[in-house]
Amino acid sequence: MLASAPFWHRAAEWVLRALAASAVVAIILILVFIAKEAAPIFYSGVVRSEVTLAKMFVPQLWPGYDESGSVWQPVSEIPKFGIWPLILGTVKVTVVAMAVSVPLGVGAALYVSQYARPSTREVVKPIVELLAGIPSVVLGFFALMVMASWFQNLFGFESRLNALVSGVALSFAVIPVIFTLAEEAFGAVPRSFVEASTALGAARWQTTLRVVLPAASPGIAAGVALGLGRATGETMIVLMASGNAAIVSASLTDSTRTISATIAAELAEVVFGGAHYTVLFFLGTLLFLATFAINTVGDWAILRMKRKLGATT
Amino acid sequence: MTASATTDVEDRHKLAQQLAQRTRSNLLADRTLAIASGVTLLMVLLILTVILADVVRNGAPRLSWAFLTEAPRDGMTAGGIFPAIIGMVEMVLLMTLAGVPVGVATAIYLHEYASPVSKLTRSIRIAVANLAGVPSIVFGLFGLGFFVQFIGSGIDKTFFHGEKIYGQPALIWAALTMAILTLPVVIVATEEALRAVPRELREASLALGATKFQTVFNVVVPQASSGILTGTILAVSRGAGEVAPILFTGAAYFLPLLPKSLSSQFMTPSYHVYVLSTQSPDVDATKPILYATVLVLLILTFTLNVAAVIVRARMRRRAGKIA
Repeated sequence: MLASAPFWHRAAEWVLRALAASAVVAIILILVFIAKEAAPIFYSGVVRSEVTLAKMFVPQLWPGYDESGSVWQPVSEIPKFGIWPLILGTVKVTVVAMAVSVPLGVGAALYVSQYARPSTREVVKPIVELLAGIPSVVLGFFALMVMASWFQNLFGFESRLNALVSGVALSFAVIPVIFTLAEEAFGAVPRSFVEASTALGAARWQTTLRVVLPAASPGIAAGVALGLGRATGETMIVLMASGNAAIVSASLTDSTRTISATIAAELAEVVFGGAHYTVLFFLGTLLFLATFAINTVGDWAILRMKRKLGATT
Repeated sequence: MTASATTDVEDRHKLAQQLAQRTRSNLLADRTLAIASGVTLLMVLLILTVILADVVRNGAPRLSWAFLTEAPRDGMTAGGIFPAIIGMVEMVLLMTLAGVPVGVATAIYLHEYASPVSKLTRSIRIAVANLAGVPSIVFGLFGLGFFVQFIGSGIDKTFFHGEKIYGQPALIWAALTMAILTLPVVIVATEEALRAVPRELREASLALGATKFQTVFNVVVPQASSGILTGTILAVSRGAGEVAPILFTGAAYFLPLLPKSLSSQFMTPSYHVYVLSTQSPDVDATKPILYATVLVLLILTFTLNVAAVIVRARMRRRAGKIA
């Protein structure tokens, strides 16, 4: 037996392990500490005198209103915390963003992986990744100062800032996410698939649409899921470009407000520990759980793709 | 006999026509697909070009050395963004000091020490993947609830008799929040670099009698240093651009003095862009400054991202050579 390693060589492993566990600790702390600030909504008498879960989710008949509705007016004389305008707003903006970014992201990835020359690919990929490097506050700024005016001049929207403008701006942040994963998925399709299809007499478009695309679909699904997670939680773009009116409306051209933007816009002005503060942390917890679920599906899809394609190569 | 020969010829003729027709429609379909997907790529590139062109055209005239070295004046309508740049540098430095060592250690543990199937390894991987997906505004809430309210107020109660020093938004809390946000970036980049180190190097080192520790830290990690650099650069770029996590944990609109301690608030270009575009009292007067600030922010993040791409490309080329 050789001289055994000094004690601290082995101690180093324990230090590394402890530091590595910090990622686990971090994610648990995040959930615990936002849930802790949201929890009084379930037991605190002071908070519950203003807001309960039922009051948030069930439309209420407020004094001065003709019919019952879900209203978000947290700083009016009678604070109203109806959550549906915010959920509807988040869904609207996210749907617009995905409707733009899925075709563009997947289409661009298809071109880069199937049609572009390798030299073009080497140039285009880093450029699209630069789009991912643009800070979201810059995209929000661009949507607010420039794009909103263009859209208004083009389509004559009543409100300059609306779900459509912020959704399109949001798609700029989502496109690189989908593009990167879709491109990787197309690239991971084994050559033997393509060769077999061609040998059977399939035309190129048939091979692309009926062999390559289905084989890459778990990876594309993963990209779409991660993009969806990003779109749901993204804050600065929607905060700056959506107009922030919490109204119940199905129209994409109305000013709208999302859950994330509500937290960002209102938290700075609330009383610590008050009903409004508690509700905003409750919204944060919802957002965390929603994105956690979406991302878990995405990660699962990535794993499945790797396993599926790995088994055949 | 003759009759059947004629039909044979006719059949062949028909078949040839059908084949030609099919080839033609296949060619058409091929081309349509190529053009359609090419157009989507062009649209993506166009988006990037339009944003850059607009920011450069409107931001460049106002950009100057003085803009980078002067404090804002006259209610943000004149002067520069010097305090914001200093604030950003301080925040990013603290973030790097706190986050990068932890990220690198995590990657080293995951790739060099951990059993890939152990429960701990799997939970670390799940945690890292999910950490990357947590919305930035949730990090802001967490920074406020954990660092400011829990740790900060705790420090104040223990050491300052409840006087509010650390129990409020501060440089250190913003930096630590951002360090957690950028942790996955560092981990992913470092692990990729470790993966690129050939197994033979480890085996040679171990065969020469080096301990695991010596092998990892004297042989493997130096080989992976460019990956660690890539991760750090990307983390800095991300940290410089994010706003939502620092909204409630330390960023300020305007400060007459530069931050002088860990408990000071700070200005930063990204937050500056947000405030100037949404809360400016005189939009037309602040617009040139706003555009110039956006340009500074874009130049900074693009330079960092390009640097990361170059370092990574070099690393891959070298790894390819060794293998």
